[in-house]
Amino acid sequence: MATPTGFQEKPETIAQPPAARAAQWMGRAWHTFVRDPRLWFGIILLLFIVAAIFAPFVSPYPPLLYHPALSAQGPTLAHPLGTDGLGRDQLSRVIYGTRISLTVGIASILVGGLCGTLLGIVGAYFRGWVDQLIIMIVDTLLSFPSLILALAIVAALGPSLINVTIALAIVRIPIYARLARGQTLQAATQDYVTAAVLSGTRTRKIMFRHILPNIFSPLLVQSTISISFAILDESTLSFLGLGAQPPTPEWGSMISDAQVYLNSDPWMLLGPALAIVLIVLSLNILGDALRDHLDPRSRDITRMSALMQE
Amino acid sequence: MLRYILRRILFMLPVALLVSFLTFMMVHLIPGDPARILLGEYATPQTVAALDQQLGLNKPLPVQFGLWLWQAVQGNLGQSIQLGQPVLQAIQQRLPVTAELGVAALLYSLILAIPLGVYSATHRNSLGDWLANVFSLFSTAIPNFVLGLALIFFFAVDLRIFPPGGYVPFNQDALANIQDLILPMITLGTAVVAVNMRQIRASMIEALGQDYVQTARAKGLSERRVSYVHALKNAMLPVLTIIGLQVGSILAGAFIVETIFLWPGIGQLTIMSILSKDYPVVQGVVLLSAFSYMAANLLIDILYAAFDPRIRLDNS
Repeated sequence: MATPTGFQEKPETIAQPPAARAAQWMGRAWHTFVRDPRLWFGIILLLFIVAAIFAPFVSPYPPLLYHPALSAQGPTLAHPLGTDGLGRDQLSRVIYGTRISLTVGIASILVGGLCGTLLGIVGAYFRGWVDQLIIMIVDTLLSFPSLILALAIVAALGPSLINVTIALAIVRIPIYARLARGQTLQAATQDYVTAAVLSGTRTRKIMFRHILPNIFSPLLVQSTISISFAILDESTLSFLGLGAQPPTPEWGSMISDAQVYLNSDPWMLLGPALAIVLIVLSLNILGDALRDHLDPRSRDITRMSALMQE
Repeated sequence: MLRYILRRILFMLPVALLVSFLTFMMVHLIPGDPARILLGEYATPQTVAALDQQLGLNKPLPVQFGLWLWQAVQGNLGQSIQLGQPVLQAIQQRLPVTAELGVAALLYSLILAIPLGVYSATHRNSLGDWLANVFSLFSTAIPNFVLGLALIFFFAVDLRIFPPGGYVPFNQDALANIQDLILPMITLGTAVVAVNMRQIRASMIEALGQDYVQTARAKGLSERRVSYVHALKNAMLPVLTIIGLQVGSILAGAFIVETIFLWPGIGQLTIMSILSKDYPVVQGVVLLSAFSYMAANLLIDILYAAFDPRIRLDNS
């Protein structure tokens, strides 16, 4: 179904100098951005990314600096989100927590997405027993409820952030494999693939230089949604004590710490809870918008796979 | 129909075998001696050797897997290290608690999602539709442990309407049981409401565009009857598939909700067992959840085929 854009480009657009084409593309992108408010959630995401990268410069205190005298304080000017049970600044911990959530989210999707996509393309391109084997692996992984599979992997490997990343990567493999397989099956019937095969192009080149770029949009859309699920799962596992270990500033474990203070100091929940909701919300809305702009045809596919990840 | 069911079960067998193998391998992935891992840190060399003998841990891996599977098929999932009781018994004791929570959450989600979804589909782009959409975006972005703690704070700590946690069995005190159920049910079911609502809205919109809906309208049936009887009946089919997938997310969600609300269910057992390295229990829970998830999806597929003959006749 993917349209071979490379063959449909009009000659005059090819003849344009690259700078003009880039400017034209930027202009169109800007136009789309201004007209669709959903894309503005990208700014929130960008803020999180900036906060993560520049955490030491933007956070008011070191995240591990504790001050028993200042424990469990409400929001003040000095501590806008208050302090936790050990008197550590909540805002600084939330900012540092962004690093963990984004790193685990992106790393697990990169690893899981790459493995899954590779499996999907290879299976759909070669068909036969290779495909059957891959389908069986995918079906097996999908037979476990995803969070329970992640729990089992973390239980076997031991609680730590690295193991959570590995677990969440494995959990995403079947989703990408299915998506990439379906897309490749459609792409493989297109004329540009037949042309490449007939002209003697190497198989690896056909798969990664011809097919992959054409099925990239749905994979990208899937990834924004997948990262938000990975961030949710990571914070859940850390909340349960299976991910980040103290004193690491991580949103899920911060909420777990705040649980004890629910009766006396409920605002302690606010910072980490808002951070999770905001980042997940932005990623989901952005994912929806990207899907409409980049890949309107695969609406149902991404929706279905989003449902499967829950 | 029977042919279809048999074929589906036949296709599931290799996957079921692989699922069992992966679950079996869990303990073998942990560095160290499996018998020592299964018995815990304080086991004496004698008991380790005895378990080695009993489980055949000195035999090659495929043989071990065969022995383990043979025991599992007979209902022997091993012995819990911490509880000193068979794993299956420990799970059985806690199953009613988790089942009550899961079924209640699923029912709650459908009771809310059906009218909301139908309303959104019949009043597209209205304020109500927009609000429903915003609700669904937020409810899928709030992790259930955050929602659970927020509900405890507002309804148990602040307003004191519901208890903050705990569980009383239904046959002991029905009213207390229901009071205990409300907050966990909302916590677990709210994200599911959103997913179901979106699905019902999408498939309702599709159904409302079909010819039979036009016919029903032309017959002069009321719009309410057209949407709730004629269109909804067909729009519910895709929702069935989603419910099958939700069995998994509800089960996993119940694990977290039970931990927050101190419900003595399978979830609490699992998290406790993971933290105390009670691997036979974790293994048993993982195996049984995968199989019940597979069974739920098989059942949904069969129902789907029963409702829609095109599916069972399609041989591809």
